[in-house]
Amino acid sequence: MAGGTDLLVKARANAWELDAVVDIKNIPELMTLSVNGDGLSIGAGVPCYQVYDNAEIADQYPGIVDGASIIGGIQIQSRAGLGGNLCNASPSADGIPALIAHSAVAKIASVNGTRDVAVEDFCTGPSRTVLEAGELLVSIDVPRPAANSGAAYTRFIPRNEMDIAVAGVGVYVELDGSGQNFVSARIALASVGPTPILATEAGDSLTGKPVNDESIAAAAVLAKDAASPITDMRGTIDQRKQLIEVLTSRMIKQAAERARG
Amino acid sequence: MTTNSPSKVRVTTTINGQQHELLVPPYMSLLDTLRELIGLTGTKEGCLDGNCGACTVTVDGRIVDSCLVLGAEINGKNVETIEGMATPEGLHPLQQAFLEEAALQCGICTPGFLVAAKGLLDNEPSPSEGRIRHWLAGNLCRCTGYDKIVRAVQKASS
Repeated sequence: MAGGTDLLVKARANAWELDAVVDIKNIPELMTLSVNGDGLSIGAGVPCYQVYDNAEIADQYPGIVDGASIIGGIQIQSRAGLGGNLCNASPSADGIPALIAHSAVAKIASVNGTRDVAVEDFCTGPSRTVLEAGELLVSIDVPRPAANSGAAYTRFIPRNEMDIAVAGVGVYVELDGSGQNFVSARIALASVGPTPILATEAGDSLTGKPVNDESIAAAAVLAKDAASPITDMRGTIDQRKQLIEVLTSRMIKQAAERARG
Repeated sequence: MTTNSPSKVRVTTTINGQQHELLVPPYMSLLDTLRELIGLTGTKEGCLDGNCGACTVTVDGRIVDSCLVLGAEINGKNVETIEGMATPEGLHPLQQAFLEEAALQCGICTPGFLVAAKGLLDNEPSPSEGRIRHWLAGNLCRCTGYDKIVRAVQKASS
């Protein structure tokens, strides 16, 4: 158990049968948050507020901060963290798309050693992950962003706060020195499939293109094509696909704006 | 939840400035620990899943939903509840402002709002209205429509 904000609710509802609960928050290695020239390392138990209260992280990893800032309310953010958000593996997790966009890697440990899994490969279905029995998430490691890069995440919800994403989009872009052309981009989607989705073709379509409405609109359509949502109480398939196109366009623009500083 | 666990966890903790030695069942929430083991019933149970904020307390200065914390987790921590807000000299300025602005009706959400608002003002004495509304988004009130609560917090801020 890290923050416990998903685990205790599910355990209480008997959705999970638990043999035991181990509180990981007294293990220093899992509570370490470090940001330096190599990148950002977020210990599996680090709560959201420590991520968004860190000025250096807010400056260099704004997309991750966008996500961490809207998971639940302040009370939840005191406990819940990105490690738990990832292991809970909800398709609508607000913390995951920006991690994927930032090329983050999940560091996993067991008695057999450690292994690294790209965050986009970590979730295998709703509440299902690559973690095997005996394995533990240690940290989420994010490479240092390139110069002239920027990132952003947003979601659509019918309320102002405290709601589950109908659709969400995280974007990372790297621009050239002039700030007028994309060098590369990664676009990740929430709530439009059984897992968070890396929209590879949408991101790749921006490589070498000028930053303009045409290139952005084309990438947004490709992101929409990568979405495979269901209709449920929060939204319909058509609404969610439309949202992905709109939000992708907005987030590319915002990430580019941040890249230009 | 599960039965394959020790019967009690020994916890030494500070609640509203007073030290307590407790034997807590391992899956008892902090909310139930406060209400049932210690008798501090000012903290209310609402949704029991982290949406309503009625059970808000602070642990080491951070507001949390006590329904989503285990009592066993507060060993060595400093917990503050609604019972710790007023002093023998009188009400906390937030409590006084809630009375003057009529920022409550049924009252079930009020302890959570007061503890959450104190958590804001202790660190940010003069928050904007937008900041107050954002900070209190994790607290639900089905009576007031929130405006009176926000006005009360504004009144208590410097």
